[in-house]
Amino acid sequence: MTDLATPVTTRKDWSSDQEVRWCPGCGDYSILTAVQLLMPELGAKREDTVFVSGIGCSSRFPYYMNTYGVHSIHGRAPALATGLAVARPDLHVWVITGDGDALSIGGNHLLHALRRNVNLTIILFNNQIYGLTKGQYSPTSEPGKVTKSTPLGSLDHPYNPVSLALGAEASFVARTHDLDRKHMMETFRRAYEHRGAALVEVYQNCNVFNDGAFDAITSKDNRPSMLIPLEHGKPVRFGANGEKGVVIDGHGSAVIVDVDQVGEDNLLVHDETVGDPTLAFSLSRLSEGPNSPTPIGVFRDVERPDYGTLVQSQLVDAAARKGPGDLGALLRSGTTWTVA
Amino acid sequence: MADTISRARQAKSLDRVVIRFAGDSGDGMQLAGDRFTTSSAIYGNDLSTLPDFPAEIRAPAGTVAGVSAFQVHFSDHDIFTPGDHPDVLVAMNPAALKAHARDLEPGAAVLLNSDSFDERSLQKAGYTSDPRGDGSLAGLKVYEVPMTSLTLEAVKPSGTKARDAERSKNFFALGLVSWMYSRPMEPTLEWVAKRFANNEMVREANTLACKAGWNFGETAEIFESVYEVRPAQLPPGTYTNISGNTALAWGIIAAGQLAKLPVFLGSYPITPASDVLHELSKHKNFGVRTFQAEDEIAGVSAALGAAYGGALGVTTTSGPGLDLKAEAIGLAISLELPLVVFDIQRGGPSTGLPTKTEQADLLHAIYGRHGEAPLPVVAPITPGDCFYTAIEAARLALKYRTPVIVLSDGYLANGAEPWPVPEVESLPDLSAEFSFASTPNKVEPDGSEVFWPYLRDPETLARPWAVPGTPGLMHRLGGLEKSDGAGNVSYDPVNHDLMVRLRAQKVAGIVADIPPIEVDDPTGDAELLVLGWGSTYGAICAAARAVRASGAKVAHAQLRHLNPFPANLGDVVRAYKRVLVPEVNLGQLRKLVRAEFLVDAQGLNQVSGLPFRRVDVQEAIISQLMALGTEGR
Repeated sequence: MTDLATPVTTRKDWSSDQEVRWCPGCGDYSILTAVQLLMPELGAKREDTVFVSGIGCSSRFPYYMNTYGVHSIHGRAPALATGLAVARPDLHVWVITGDGDALSIGGNHLLHALRRNVNLTIILFNNQIYGLTKGQYSPTSEPGKVTKSTPLGSLDHPYNPVSLALGAEASFVARTHDLDRKHMMETFRRAYEHRGAALVEVYQNCNVFNDGAFDAITSKDNRPSMLIPLEHGKPVRFGANGEKGVVIDGHGSAVIVDVDQVGEDNLLVHDETVGDPTLAFSLSRLSEGPNSPTPIGVFRDVERPDYGTLVQSQLVDAAARKGPGDLGALLRSGTTWTVA
Repeated sequence: MADTISRARQAKSLDRVVIRFAGDSGDGMQLAGDRFTTSSAIYGNDLSTLPDFPAEIRAPAGTVAGVSAFQVHFSDHDIFTPGDHPDVLVAMNPAALKAHARDLEPGAAVLLNSDSFDERSLQKAGYTSDPRGDGSLAGLKVYEVPMTSLTLEAVKPSGTKARDAERSKNFFALGLVSWMYSRPMEPTLEWVAKRFANNEMVREANTLACKAGWNFGETAEIFESVYEVRPAQLPPGTYTNISGNTALAWGIIAAGQLAKLPVFLGSYPITPASDVLHELSKHKNFGVRTFQAEDEIAGVSAALGAAYGGALGVTTTSGPGLDLKAEAIGLAISLELPLVVFDIQRGGPSTGLPTKTEQADLLHAIYGRHGEAPLPVVAPITPGDCFYTAIEAARLALKYRTPVIVLSDGYLANGAEPWPVPEVESLPDLSAEFSFASTPNKVEPDGSEVFWPYLRDPETLARPWAVPGTPGLMHRLGGLEKSDGAGNVSYDPVNHDLMVRLRAQKVAGIVADIPPIEVDDPTGDAELLVLGWGSTYGAICAAARAVRASGAKVAHAQLRHLNPFPANLGDVVRAYKRVLVPEVNLGQLRKLVRAEFLVDAQGLNQVSGLPFRRVDVQEAIISQLMALGTEGR
């Protein structure tokens, strides 16, 4: 930790010696590659990096990174990571989780880590299915989904993870997908550089239990007309020739329009830094699921003191005010009397 | 009143007195009891206290459900319990009398606030006739004092409005009882001055009410005599009055200092454990991080995450919370990281009796996780012992890299006793018990140096604790089974069998690192052993003393280490013809003793939400002795 120079590393330095055991063709591979390629670019130190995960296919991720790592229990990664990040503000703590882990069994912890703005980089692998338990519907599965546990179709209304995170007033929220390494790396980089809780939803294909779930928007042919790139300071616009765009209507809702009809100047100019999450939320509502035009990129990136720093500053203040802890004095701080 | 010695009436000397203050939840009975306790402590008595309050913050006023009580036992000799029967009951309303009169023995005194005995209040308390006139208090010395009206009159100079003025009546009662038992008033008046320094009206009202209570005793000739309980001969030293929860909090602060580690508390509020969170939150200047988590699971998980980062991780809870933490504690067992879990036991199952005491989490603490998941369990035996137990739990956790459960309970948590303040230098140096890994610990066949997170210390079987930030020691932990040594995920059957046994051996091996159980057997030839654990210590000591005073013989041993048991426990229980195990549960330690040592231990079991009284244990001892006598013939 004394070496202040930016370490020069390669992908190999960040790969552990463990064999990667996801199903062949799983989207998790490309996410792992993106992270392993990104780490050298970030100039991060392996010993100061910790990957914490819960349970599920994605949660095997820490085993494959040559960093510190904890594969914890189902749903609790944000809670365990909160303790680590608060106790050790000097570390960079990543949370690797999935749609079942983060939104079903661990939904509570995710919300609280986001609202507290704990300094965590959270990567949520959303494949809209339970993979590790072999194919039951998840809290992001579309209504009517037929799975082993829903032979007549799922009755559940799904979560939109980006909307959920914005509802918890997360200070950084983004979305990317497993078929675009460049976009993934850029989005992860932004999340990494954000101080506080950063949530990135990654549309990830489970080729065994939910193959093609995102094809409608992420296949090469469909991307131009189905992905709405969010770029700070630029008009929100998409389509092969930029013929579609987004405006805010009279009710404050984001709606898709033909640029020809409204005029270029009337398109919404994306601003990640708006304090009120309402605008970002309305963008997150543009699509109900990955089968209509869907925004990707950074929805929101605002500055807010992170929890660990606030905790640390209370300790510093208390020590300045009361002096450093004196155990002998503490034990005599109540009413005392002496027996001769 | 300045001179508390020259008394109009000569004080009668008593060796011990039990007073119970009882009133409505909002009547300030806990405060009155607490102040009386502090005065008695400063005066030099030995003492023991038992607060007893409803789970509801404000149950309907005037009802039996809403009665809050505080019992204090003070004496001129060392005592062990808050007392079986009150010598004096202070009842601020009919409901308080209704709730507590049954605990009074003939000859006991009752101090009634007669202003509160109107028809409506009697009805609310469930009385069909006024107990003062229907003979139901026969045999008791009843003193009727119009406390409300006397208080209202007394505090008039303070300018307090009538509704607020009435709230000072607990101080009137405190003043009167202080007079009756020749307690010094100064500590109370000084406390009032300090506590209400910023509220002149309340300060003045409470001071006036307190003095009025004292003066009423002095002036009104309704009390035959005043009493005195001389200071006890306690060992020399500096004392403070301490409750179990405060002692746990201070103990973990001390453990952090002694281990030179920052303390991280992850906790979710729950009765009766919340005061540990409150107390620790006050001491951030010790570098203590307190995290009020979103739930019990997050509390323990965050503490474990902090422990992974090199902090002394602690979580506090009570029964329902221990259920929820079970999975994360299992993870801590698998990760082999230090973690201290305080379980302040309360009545169960489910929500049970949140404010009442019980010892029924013993088997849960020892066995309550899936898989083979052993961990050390320790239990404090007195409020003051909570301090040392917290340090001992941290020592075991740090040295053996394991979660440790501390089983306190509602009785210890809220009860208080004079506690000899230890010198910091006398406390163990926990930093000598562990160290962080700093270098690779294994040379590969090709000569390269690597770090194996599960390469154990051959003596303690603890694995190395390498904290993030240490270059070269990057490693991955997880709840999946690990290969012995290298610590990679392993599904190998032979390896799993080995790892299960290694984890069990590690915990079992702690037996060599804990003291043998001491047996109090003054004559050395008793045939009956009373074996207790945790908070039953006081009641068993008092009972054994009483039995011995009558000439009978009985041995007593109290367990502080419940898992593993002290090495000599088997020999101890086999050395006696009979073993009696009193527990505030249906026989959990007894089951363990029988299973481990094939000894036909007998139980004394009570689950009323209350601690044992001396007499309960004494009667059980006598009946066991009688059975032994019969067997002898």
